[in-house]
Amino acid sequence: MKFLPLIFANLFRKKIRLTLTLNSFAVALFLFAFLAVVKDAFNRGSDVAGADRLVVINRVSIINTIPLKYAAQIQRIPGVKFVTHNNWFGGIYQEEKNFFPQFVIDPENQRQVFPELVVSDGQWNKFLKNRQGAIVGARTAQRFGLKIGDRIPLKTAIWGAGSWEFNIDGIYHGKRAEDDETQLWFQWDYFEERVPERMKGQVGWYVVKLDSPDYAVNVAKTIDETFANSPYETKTETESAFAASWVKQFGNIQFLILTIGSVVFFTLLLVTGNTMAISVRERTSELAVLKAIGFSDLTVLFFVLAESLFIALIGGLWGLALAYGLIPFMGAALNGLLPNLVLPPSILGLGLGVALLIGAASGLLPGLGAMRLRVVNALRRV
Amino acid sequence: MVRVDGRGEGASLVRVRGLDKKYQRGSEEIHVLQGLNLDVEAGDFVAFMGPSGSGKTTLLNLLGGIDLPTAGTITVAGDEITHLSGSKLTAWRARHVGFIFQMYNLIPVLTAFQNVELPLLLTRLSKAERRRHVEIALSVVGLADRMHHYPRQLSGGQEQRVSIARAIVADPTFLLCDEPTGDLDRKSADEIMALVEELVNQYGKTVLMVTHDPLVAARAHTILHLDKGVLVEGVRAGQDVLAGGGA
Repeated sequence: MKFLPLIFANLFRKKIRLTLTLNSFAVALFLFAFLAVVKDAFNRGSDVAGADRLVVINRVSIINTIPLKYAAQIQRIPGVKFVTHNNWFGGIYQEEKNFFPQFVIDPENQRQVFPELVVSDGQWNKFLKNRQGAIVGARTAQRFGLKIGDRIPLKTAIWGAGSWEFNIDGIYHGKRAEDDETQLWFQWDYFEERVPERMKGQVGWYVVKLDSPDYAVNVAKTIDETFANSPYETKTETESAFAASWVKQFGNIQFLILTIGSVVFFTLLLVTGNTMAISVRERTSELAVLKAIGFSDLTVLFFVLAESLFIALIGGLWGLALAYGLIPFMGAALNGLLPNLVLPPSILGLGLGVALLIGAASGLLPGLGAMRLRVVNALRRV
Repeated sequence: MVRVDGRGEGASLVRVRGLDKKYQRGSEEIHVLQGLNLDVEAGDFVAFMGPSGSGKTTLLNLLGGIDLPTAGTITVAGDEITHLSGSKLTAWRARHVGFIFQMYNLIPVLTAFQNVELPLLLTRLSKAERRRHVEIALSVVGLADRMHHYPRQLSGGQEQRVSIARAIVADPTFLLCDEPTGDLDRKSADEIMALVEELVNQYGKTVLMVTHDPLVAARAHTILHLDKGVLVEGVRAGQDVLAGGGA
């Protein structure tokens, strides 16, 4: 504690340089937090996926459909508790930038298969009775100011041209912060009624709820064997694996984010390391005097490290605070392209840890230089 | 009494025997000090004079434990310092040596008070005790009313006074002054030397000083001349110093 005035006096010696270095840390940490939540959002599907759910798709690709009649066969396989099916609708609400996912659902088992997405019984029952009914996620409802009773048109080019009209009968909420609340669901019967003849009786994929996660491997194998050598062979995987392969469609997001993050932090390390090196070099004679009057080599090293760690700590906290304040707005600006951007404490902790690590690394070389400084040589330079 | 004949008795505060210092400059070997002997008693005020490159500052650095000799020994208050490890030598300096530099070498971002407090940060004194010691040291140098000024707000003479306060605040065994008036005008130089004399005469400090200035050197009890690496002659209160030369 008694060294603090000396450490702070040295820190604030060049205020502009300190401000710029702090801001370098802040920008890097803000970027780190943002990239981390984007990566998290991309991976959210696999992270929140139920361990006891399987997804069955056409073996060729998810774009290819599979027959509705498979549902009964899947339901008969031992270990299967419920089967439900979905289709991707891909409608446009007013204009293309208003993207949000819409799914055709099988109302019979939807709530049993996805118990984490909650709709009140009253709203659900109203939805069941309404052929054009729709359930909207709370986030999408909030985004477009939708409320129960509203009528919403969606244009689609996939399922025959034209506008589809829906009545909003309910709003679902996720039980957890990370649950996706951006979807719109509507009924299979309405879909089946309006799609062209060649598309009738075809579902996009099945979601299978198991009696126990332990059955996942065997049930998946059995499903695929059941439909092997048929015109619609299937590929069954856990919901987690399905979500991960869905993300892969966008490219290797994880690699991209890691690369950007690494470059940012490496640049930060160079910037801060250079700043600390200049700062120490400017003070060579002062450090020599400190050593002459009895400050040990380790104490001098401690001074330099304390300065760089302080910069890292304050700059890091500043950047993370910015991220904490701004990320919700940035999430909103993405217009539902990604699920909720959630900044969990683990990312904040990791960010601060990385900042401190960079602070220590950037101060280490100049600190060791200061530690090894020969008093006689340094004083001779004065 | 100051002796340079290597026959000083056990009462010497500083005892130097056969001190050698060589530097390598490229392929050339420079023999700066050659078998130098010196005995200084507590309370002595010694000035080292000599032409540039004669080894005055090198001798001071060796006595202050910030440089190591090629051969020979230095014993201060019974501690032989030439064989101490780096960390022990650092601790020894903190306890025994007060440095006063030509360019003052104050930390510009610290106030006079904080600069003077620096050596006390290495002690176990409480904050209140440190404050008391610093205030006393600044009073001794006549700068009690400037303790919250930064070096840039002080004149050269005042900066050197702060530097002297820093050197004496931890009550070291002896003070080493390297051209303490070299950067000052005559008036300020006189004031600084009056202060150094006061430290010797009133507070019983032992002072070893390097200077080019004969007027400054004349304030010392003893003047020793360094030439070609040995102490060759001297004057002590108007008398010749006992013996001369190297080992």
